[in-house]
Amino acid sequence: MYFDLTDEQKMLKESVDGFLADTSTDAAIAAYAEAETPDNGKPWGAIVDMGLPAIVVPEEFGGMGMDLLTLSVVMESFGYYAYSAPLLQHSMVALAISLGGSDAQKQKWLPKLASGEIVATFAFAEAGVEGQWESSAWKLAGDKLTGSKTHVVAANQADLMLVGLAGGKLALVERDAAGLSLEALNVLDPTRRTFNVSFADTPCELLPGDVAGKVRDAALVCLAADANGAAQRALDLSVDYAKTRKQFDKLIGSFQGLKYQIVDVAIQQEPCRYLFWYAAHAFDAIPHDAERFAAFAKAHVTDIAVKVARMAVEAHGGIGFTWEYPLHYFLKRAMFDRTYLGLPAAHRERAAQLGGW
Amino acid sequence: MDLRLSEQYQAFRREVQSFLQANWQPTRDKAAIDAFRRKAVGAGYLYRSIPKAYGGSEQPADVLKAHIIREEFSKAKAPREVGGNGVGMLVPTLIDCGTEWQKERFVEKTLYGEYLWAQGYSEPGAGSDLASLKTRGELVGDKWIINGQKIWTSLGDKCHYMFMLVRTEPEAGKHAGISYLLLDMKQPGVTIRPIKQANGAAEFCEVFFDNAETPADWIVGTRGEGWNVSKSTLKHERNSVGSSSGTLSLYNQLVKLVKNVEIDGKPAMKNPLIRDRMMQIEGYVHAHVFSGFYQLTKDSRNESSGLIGAMNKLIHTIVAQDMAGVAAEIIGADGLLMPAEAGSFEAKSRPAGNEKWVNQIISSLALAMGGGTSNIQRNVIAERGFQLPKD
Repeated sequence: MYFDLTDEQKMLKESVDGFLADTSTDAAIAAYAEAETPDNGKPWGAIVDMGLPAIVVPEEFGGMGMDLLTLSVVMESFGYYAYSAPLLQHSMVALAISLGGSDAQKQKWLPKLASGEIVATFAFAEAGVEGQWESSAWKLAGDKLTGSKTHVVAANQADLMLVGLAGGKLALVERDAAGLSLEALNVLDPTRRTFNVSFADTPCELLPGDVAGKVRDAALVCLAADANGAAQRALDLSVDYAKTRKQFDKLIGSFQGLKYQIVDVAIQQEPCRYLFWYAAHAFDAIPHDAERFAAFAKAHVTDIAVKVARMAVEAHGGIGFTWEYPLHYFLKRAMFDRTYLGLPAAHRERAAQLGGW
Repeated sequence: MDLRLSEQYQAFRREVQSFLQANWQPTRDKAAIDAFRRKAVGAGYLYRSIPKAYGGSEQPADVLKAHIIREEFSKAKAPREVGGNGVGMLVPTLIDCGTEWQKERFVEKTLYGEYLWAQGYSEPGAGSDLASLKTRGELVGDKWIINGQKIWTSLGDKCHYMFMLVRTEPEAGKHAGISYLLLDMKQPGVTIRPIKQANGAAEFCEVFFDNAETPADWIVGTRGEGWNVSKSTLKHERNSVGSSSGTLSLYNQLVKLVKNVEIDGKPAMKNPLIRDRMMQIEGYVHAHVFSGFYQLTKDSRNESSGLIGAMNKLIHTIVAQDMAGVAAEIIGADGLLMPAEAGSFEAKSRPAGNEKWVNQIISSLALAMGGGTSNIQRNVIAERGFQLPKD
């Protein structure tokens, strides 16, 4: 019985945290957020050196061949530092191809995804469609696509897009494909720029495997992890502020009212880590729990993350509501995670159905 | 990450299962239960942290074995350690701080339920602020003479002895003035009065001491050391998943209720509000259970599990109250009744209808009080956990 991260996972997380502490400073987050069209470059830089784009790519294709739990703890760090590199989307495309691609597709794409020389994202939601994130709602179809997708993260950086098609199918579209155009959206979370992507007779290549559900499950776990990181950051900022800010000749952390506000969200947030760990582990090793616990993780952890972040703003008083103080980035990070890929209530309903309710 | 038990522990589980199969038949016969318990101690399954000299099985600490034993005994509905304050609090304190004669006199009979102990801590004026207690103990000749009152004494009217915190050093400071005494409850100077509770049960008592007496050497630790003595705990195996297994068990019972009830002529399970609320609760239950797995893992390696340990009780309290809230929504007019057997969630004598949930709905309030109020829990988490400054 070992319900904990392995030493390797802990070391990876430590090195990612170290990199992000230096790289994704508050000033860096703000600069990225302010930039009109922020350029991550081939964003990866040191992330490539740490092998992060390769985490879920099988070793035979140049990847690290690691499990979702490993990816999820990296995602948690990304949330803690509000880091913009679209590793979540990129990893989901790599997962889709490794689980559902043809041999030729795997050979063509996986090594480049692992090395980070190309960046990938996915396009699932369709504007104005009921249940827009769910594969059953996708309407886009054909081997030449005409239509659009919305809320596509980092579409401007992506060399490769995984597009959700009618019938729950997945297809690959290259960035320089004919008829592809992007429109930047005015986003809530400036650390995840999103786009409308329009297709006009755009060629695509179908993945033969029926893996949209699994990709969704993995994505939900990663979102939950990201949200938990953002929540932890908001909580840590609040506790630090409570220990340093003085009013009425006392540290504000000595007031029971504030203590209880902090504790009442902390007791909800602390167990969240163990829920997303289990959901990741279920994806990796307990198939009959994978789908249901991915839904639980997303719904539960992101709901609580927003509660924590909102408490954090109040705990800071006026300064917590300023743009200049970095807290709002973590609030928006949590809000994004809560809404993207479907609201908690939608996933709770899925969990109910999957539980035989 | 691996939720399976290693072969060593799987073999241990099989060993426990064989033992139970061979030695336990469900029964209420006290003699048979006692005999089984002694066999279980002989096999090393119960009282593992208590030395053999005092009736325990003196096993090396092993959190996973303890967990397996709890699970298997629970499945077989076999009796485990005797419940109550004696085994839970007094015995670890005596093992840690008691004299040899005290251990020999009291421990074994407590382990087998022959001696039942009342905890004499809280007073009408000393609840959360326990250290302000006023019950006085004066050494007169070879006896302590005790005057005062204790309250919330669980099962006080059924106990033989009491372990109590008493102010014996009135000139000393608040904490330094307290001693830990043992007392025979059956004496003229002790009057016990049951207190009826809001759920109809009378599990607590007031205890009045009017020149009650106890021998001078029925003190654990030295004079004025009582506060520290009461805080001593043996390095016994912590029950890291205890809290969450209780939460899960209550949730499973609530699910049964929801599946058997209708709202407006339709199954409650299909009611969208109930579904959503239940799945919210289920999220908390799962997170709590998995945090228990983490704590079990860390405890088995003698490593700290961080903040979560201090949060368990408060989490359970809040989730149990959420569940009470759902129950209240769906039992309808059964909510106008009380169960026939006051204070019992599981009806012992007659089958209870949904009104047995009324007991849970009311009694869930008591979770926020017993063993440290929720606000005291919050203080501890804030100050010791997050290191926030004291008031």
